[in-house]
Order: sequence, then structure tokens, then C-alpha cells
Amino acid sequence: MMAILPLRIALRALRRNKVRSSLTVLGIIVGTAALIAVMAVGQGASVMVREQIESMGSNMVLVFPGSMRTGGAHSGAGGRQSLTAADGDAIAAECPGVVAVCPVIRSWTQVVYRDNNWRSMTQGVTPSYREIRGWSMQGGEFFQEADVRGATRVCVIGGTVADNLFAGEDPVGKVVRLNSMPFRVVGVLARKGTAAWGQDQDDTILAPATTVARVLEGSPFNSVSQLMIGVATAEIVPDVIQDIESLLRQRHRVRTPEDDDFTVMDLTEITETVTQVSRLMTVMLSVIASISLLVGGIGIMNIMLVSVTERTREIGVRMAVGASPRDIMLQFLVEAIVLSALGAVVGVALGAGAAGIISRVNNWPVLVSLSSIGLAMLFAGLIGVFFGWYPAWRASRLNPIECLRHE
Amino acid sequence: MLIELEQIHKVYHVGEVDVPALQDVSLSVARGEFLAITGASGCGKSTLLNLLGCLDQPTAGRYRLDGAEVSGLSWSELARVRNSRIGFVFQSFNLLMRQSALENVELPLVYGPPIPAPERRGRALELLARVGLADRVHHTPVQLSGGQQQRVAIARALVNRPALILADEPTGNLDSHSGHDIMTLFHELHAQGLTIIAVTHSDEIAQAAQRIIRMQDGRIL
Ligand SMILES: Nc1ncnc2c1ncn2[C@@H]1O[C@H](COP(=O)(O)OP(=O)(O)OP(=O)(O)O)[C@@H](O)[C@H]1O
Ligand SMILES: [Mg+2]
Repeated sequence: MMAILPLRIALRALRRNKVRSSLTVLGIIVGTAALIAVMAVGQGASVMVREQIESMGSNMVLVFPGSMRTGGAHSGAGGRQSLTAADGDAIAAECPGVVAVCPVIRSWTQVVYRDNNWRSMTQGVTPSYREIRGWSMQGGEFFQEADVRGATRVCVIGGTVADNLFAGEDPVGKVVRLNSMPFRVVGVLARKGTAAWGQDQDDTILAPATTVARVLEGSPFNSVSQLMIGVATAEIVPDVIQDIESLLRQRHRVRTPEDDDFTVMDLTEITETVTQVSRLMTVMLSVIASISLLVGGIGIMNIMLVSVTERTREIGVRMAVGASPRDIMLQFLVEAIVLSALGAVVGVALGAGAAGIISRVNNWPVLVSLSSIGLAMLFAGLIGVFFGWYPAWRASRLNPIECLRHE
Repeated sequence: MLIELEQIHKVYHVGEVDVPALQDVSLSVARGEFLAITGASGCGKSTLLNLLGCLDQPTAGRYRLDGAEVSGLSWSELARVRNSRIGFVFQSFNLLMRQSALENVELPLVYGPPIPAPERRGRALELLARVGLADRVHHTPVQLSGGQQQRVAIARALVNRPALILADEPTGNLDSHSGHDIMTLFHELHAQGLTIIAVTHSDEIAQAAQRIIRMQDGRIL
């Protein structure tokens, strides 16, 4: 039998039962569309996370107190805080390739301007923060080294904070209260938007680290939430990380890496962690979408079984004139594959459309990659073969005489 | 000899019971013969014809078609034999109801060795003309009378140029007039050298055949 023939028979049979074929295909359409949309959103999120993290600077290293290995935070010997501003100074002084170090002290604060209230994270930093993160100003200026030395009560606010407190007024020069302490706003940061992990990067307040420690936290400027370190070039980042680790082990009198009371990370590691999370989410949602595709496959099997029964006499006639079991098998298998392939094509189109709408409505980036289309089509095709196999096999096993006698 | 049957037995198993449909049937048919098989209902005529047509396998015995052993062949091999050597004509026509006369006649060619579509079509058209349906080629079976449908079935049986035509009560569903037409057609085919075996209840047809075989209770008398 020629290769195109089963295809022609299949198309004819499907056209004959348009409504039934469409309903059967619908299951595959929904499954494929869901799969495509989920993968598009997931891959879009991954790309956005990576881009955003990389836009923070590929030559940045972060040091956190506590060990990632054990999960809990070790504190240093003699009750010393595990990461201090002095550690930062030492890194700046002793590690070659380090161009800037910025201590970060975080404090949740209530911000008040006149009648307006806002709750935001205030980060105590130094002017090198701006340099490391490459953050420009929308208005005013960043505070100076002198402000850090003198622990002056000045701050720089992000766009979201400005919107919520000032409603159009120019914040520069105004005095806000952070936990009821007056701070003068010296600048407004340029907007960065929402990060892929959902954090609004513009919902932040930056103040001199010394001021945040003394005024907001009520403690001497010593322990920090994080050290942000700028490195000369991306290539030397691994070396710098090693230098920082050995320096901190020496300073903290840690003998083995297992006992580390700090964690040094560069952005590639952070990127990996975050993309791994989003990849995991994508995989999980894809599995759910695949289940709906599987259900669509069961629909195909069901309809093919009905079709074989309905066409028993036709099978008998074809066998009587010389169709072999293989010919009959092929005929029904191709019909099932055509059904699922049709569903896959429409589903891919619908899924891509849905992804487009999701991206438009929620302002998320989506990425309909060729590999995800290929994967969805392949999967739908396999579903067609898998669920079409049994009905086709049954048809091929029928006895011609019994088929011809069938009413 | 075109057909040689040796001690063919066919037993149907219905639940626990064995139904012997053919017992010790031996038969030879020469090339070019026109053979009629008659007998009471249930005597095994259709069973015999189905075995001859390779639609079924005997329970025991040997069947040589044109010198080649066919008992013991696989289903696919039997399909090839049916396709290349045998043309069937059934009492109930057994056409594909949704396809045109032309497509029905082309059907056996589709399952045979590849033939270019125009040649397929040409052969089908030629045969439809020969059975007097040149003006009906695009009609579907529902648009044709019983006699016309049976003529489509005969054209289909001939299209692969078989050695053997098997007809199971070919006029059973037809009025006497169209039945007569069909028989005339068979005679013409026989005159051109085809081997024909027909199962029939009609004495008229049986008389017209060269040789009559009577069956009773699964045996040839
Ligand atoms: N598939 C089957 N299963 C069980 N028994 C069967 C089957 N087919 C035929 N038989 C039995 O085999 C015997 C012969 O049947 P067959 O159809 O060959 O008779 P027939 O001579 O063609 O009769 P008719 O003239 O009515 O067509 C009958 O007794 C019938 O009941
Ligand atoms: Mg019969």
C-alpha cells in the first residue's frame, strides 16, 4: 500500500465526522496549548531573572553572614557577630581585584511624610553601593562618604516610595520620618521595576550605613546584613571569591570550610539558584499540562475504538480485497496520529496566543521557543501513536468473515 | 489444476460445542471451469467458498491454489493471495457505501503492488464500462440499484485480473431480471477464460454452470 493512502483515508474519515473529530481534537488542543503557554511563561521568567541579575553587574560578589551549608547561621567565637563592617574593610584592603566594598544593613522602617505612611526596607549602605549596582539617579544626588563618616540623617528613596509619599511633589530636600526620626531626602533613584522574583526594586530607601545602625537599629556600626563587593573584571571573580573566603576564615578563626560562618556568592550562583527555582516551577506546571494532554489521548483512544466498531464492515471489505492486517493497522494508526497532530498544531498556535495575552496583560516576558514547540508537537504525536496503537491493533486482528457479517 | 482441496475439515468452536461445518471435502477445479455449488441452507457452502477465497483457514486438510500451498499461510500472506489471485462477489455486494463506484473498483489496486493513479483509474473505468456502468462511475452505492451495485462489485472483483472469481449467491438479493443480467455477465467472463465458482440456490444458475456440486451437512455428495 502506498504511503499517502492511509493519510487520505484518515482525512476522509475525519471529515465525515467533523463534530466528533473536533471534540476529540479539543482534548489535545487544550493540553498542547497549556503546555506551550506554561513553558513560554516559565522560560520567559527564567530569561528575565537572568537578565535582571546580570544587569546588576556580572562582576559583583555578595557575602552573607551564616553558612548556606548548614542552613543555620553560625556566629563567630566569643559571641562576635559573624559578618562585620571591619570584614568589609579588610577585604577592600587585602584582596587584589576588589575595587569597591559596600556594607549593607537592612532595617524595616515606617516612613512618614506629612499624612502619608509607607512601610519599606531601609538599607544602610555607602556611596559605593551606587557604583557597584550601577544605579543612576532620577533626581537629586546620592549621599557622600562624609555622610557615612558623620552618620548624617540623609536618605535616597526609590520610585515606589516617592510615589507613595509624595504623590507628584519633588521629594528632594524634603524631610521624611523613618521610624519617627527625621531624615532629609537628598535624591530619588531611577526606576528599575519589578524583579522577576516579584520584588519591587524601587520600593527601597538607602541611607548611610552608620546612620541606619545607630539611629534605626540603635547599635554601633559593626555587624552587617551583607557585604556587596565590586570586582575589577568578571574573569577574576572565582579567584576573588577564594581570596575572600580564606581571608574571612582567617579573620573568623574558622579551620575548615564546613565550619564557615559566612557565605560568599557571585551572581552566576545566584542566577543559577533563581533560574533553578523557576525551572522547577515550569517543570511542575508542564507535568500538569502534560496530564491534560494524556487525558486528550485517552479521548482519542476512545473515539478510535468507537470508529473501529462502526467501520467493522468497511474493514471486512478492505480485507476481502486484499488489505493486510498491517494495512488496516496503519489506516487507523494514521487516523489517530492525524487527530493528535491536528490538535498539536492548533494547540501550539493557541498556546502561543495565550502566552502573548498573558504577557500583555501581566506585563511578563514570555518566550515561545522552538524547542518548546518541538517538544509539545513530539509529545502530542507520541500520544497519538500510543493511544492509537491499541484500537488500530484491534482493527488489524479482526477476522474478515466476521467483519463482513457484521451489521 | 487451479484448485486442489484434499480432505478439508472446518470446525467452528461455539463455546464448548464444536460445529463441524466442512467434513472431508476434496475437490479439484480446472482452470477455466464454471462451477456451481448448491445445497440446503447451513450445509457449508459459504464456509467452503470462504476457504477457497483465503478469507479463512481450514482446521485440517490441504489447499493448493495454482500449484502453491496456501493452507498454513499467515494472515498477511493470505491477504496478498486474495489481492492478486481472487475476486469476490457477495450476496450483499459489500461495497464501501461512502465512496463512488470508481473508488470501489479501484480499491483492490490500492492494496496491491504500486500502480500509478492514472493507470488505476483507467483500469477501473474500463471495467465499469464493461459491466455497463460507464455513465455511473461517480455514483455512490446508495445512488445505484441492487443490480448496478452488484455489477460494481463484479468490476471490483475483476480489476486485479484474478485467476478465480468466487461468488456467494450473487443474485440472492436481486430480482429475477437483474439476476439474469448478472448471470449473463458471468457467462461472458467464463467465455473469456475466467474460472468461476458460484454458490447458488437457483436451479437456473446451477443449470447454466458446467459442473454442479451438491453439498449436504458439510460434505460434497
Ligand atoms: N462463525 C461461525 N461460528 C460458528 N458456526 C458457524 C460459523 N459460520 C458458519 N457456522 C456454521 O457452519 C455451518 C455452515 O454454514 P455456512 O454459512 O457455510 O452455510 P451455507 O451453506 O452458506 O448456508 P446458507 O445457504 O444459509 O448461506 C452452519 O451450521 C453454521 O451454523
Ligand atoms: Mg451461505
